[in-house]
Amino acid sequence: MKNLFAFVLKHNFIFVFLFLQVICAWLMVHNNGFQGSHVLNSSNRVVSNVYETAANTREYFSLKQENSRLATENTVLRNFLRSNYVSVPVTEFRRSDTVYKQQYTYISAKVVNSSVNKRRNFLTINAGSTEGITRDMAVMTSEGVVGIVTNVSSNFCSAMSLLHKDVRVNCQLKKDGSYGPLIWNGEDYRYCQLTDIPTHSKITKGDTVITSELSGIFPEGIMVGTIESYERKRNESFYTATVKLSADLKKVNYVYIIKNKFKGERDSLEQSTQKQIDD
Amino acid sequence: MTRLNNQHRNKLTTEILKNTIRFILLIMLQVLIIQNINLTSYIILLPYIMVIIMMPFEADKLLVLFSAFLLGVCIDFFYDSSGLHAAACTLMGFSRHYVLKYISPRDGYDIGVEPTVSDMGLAWFLRYAGTLVLVHHFSLFYLEIFRFSEFFHTLLRVLLSSIGTFGLIYLIQFLFYSKARRA
Repeated sequence: MKNLFAFVLKHNFIFVFLFLQVICAWLMVHNNGFQGSHVLNSSNRVVSNVYETAANTREYFSLKQENSRLATENTVLRNFLRSNYVSVPVTEFRRSDTVYKQQYTYISAKVVNSSVNKRRNFLTINAGSTEGITRDMAVMTSEGVVGIVTNVSSNFCSAMSLLHKDVRVNCQLKKDGSYGPLIWNGEDYRYCQLTDIPTHSKITKGDTVITSELSGIFPEGIMVGTIESYERKRNESFYTATVKLSADLKKVNYVYIIKNKFKGERDSLEQSTQKQIDD
Repeated sequence: MTRLNNQHRNKLTTEILKNTIRFILLIMLQVLIIQNINLTSYIILLPYIMVIIMMPFEADKLLVLFSAFLLGVCIDFFYDSSGLHAAACTLMGFSRHYVLKYISPRDGYDIGVEPTVSDMGLAWFLRYAGTLVLVHHFSLFYLEIFRFSEFFHTLLRVLLSSIGTFGLIYLIQFLFYSKARRA
């Protein structure tokens, strides 16, 4: 025992090193993928304040582009104004609120930090549980899909962007509805890969890719991007297509977070069905 | 005797202050500026590890190890990477002791000399910092991807990023620690 103690003391440098590495390993295991909640993350107060200050400063440089983007969006929205439409005196087709339930609601927020050059890229957004954000909500800009919320603190949340090695968003071709998961191979932040498109689908360059209802996170029909090129790898019966993302992930500033009101209901139903099958 | 002691203590305080300021400034530089530079996904610049590279020769090896760990944890907070940078930095802080021992001159390092290009020469610095940068980047990128299927792809990222980081460290030293300024 005494010898052991002397041994540890003599090589204290190595033992301290091993001890610190064990702490690091523990931190990394906790950080694992979707389920684990991060121990060290940027929704921490000090870190997010630093990022928010930096983002506020940076915002001044993009005011012009942001303004013109908002103006465009305003024009689109203005087209939907009731005053633009002549009311038709219809008596038969009265829309009742009990017929249309609202499934998705949108919360607007600002991105205070983001990256595109790592293998796992995250966004920090200045809306948290006080604004009703929970995990697995979708994040989009007016141009297209951006990511999925993973961690929430009271005033901020972190979201995995599409440029994360573990993100799989179910997407479909707008033209014929053939679907497959969208993944990122880590090379260029402007392009993602749409895999598992069946070969009988008549895919062409320039086709529009939209989200599919299958994901359970995104509403159907949100713009993702356009097909840039596609290929069929040898010995595979599927196409893999390169998709040019419509949202510029390097310049995300204001985003919408989408809440699916029926997600809990749907998930628990699917789980109980799966359980019945398993039993 | 007391005066000599006092002088020694003053010098120690300056060293500690200098290193602490460097610690904070380099983290800020990394997080606020360098992080936003996107060359390609192959070249990722991480000059913050200069904190460990530039610690004085006399610094205790345990102190270096703990500083490296702390540095990694701080960067992890900003990079959302929980433990990744901490692991790589700790490994680098650990190997610094052995690298210094392996390439030390025959009669040890002179007192008052810093591990910079201007004090030790480019050849020595390339061997010293180059090794440490490689150790850090190698462990960082492979821990990040944590699979062997992209082995060569990752290796290319390690090599290109190491060259980039070393270049940037050399540039920062050239700007702030050149001989003309010290004289």
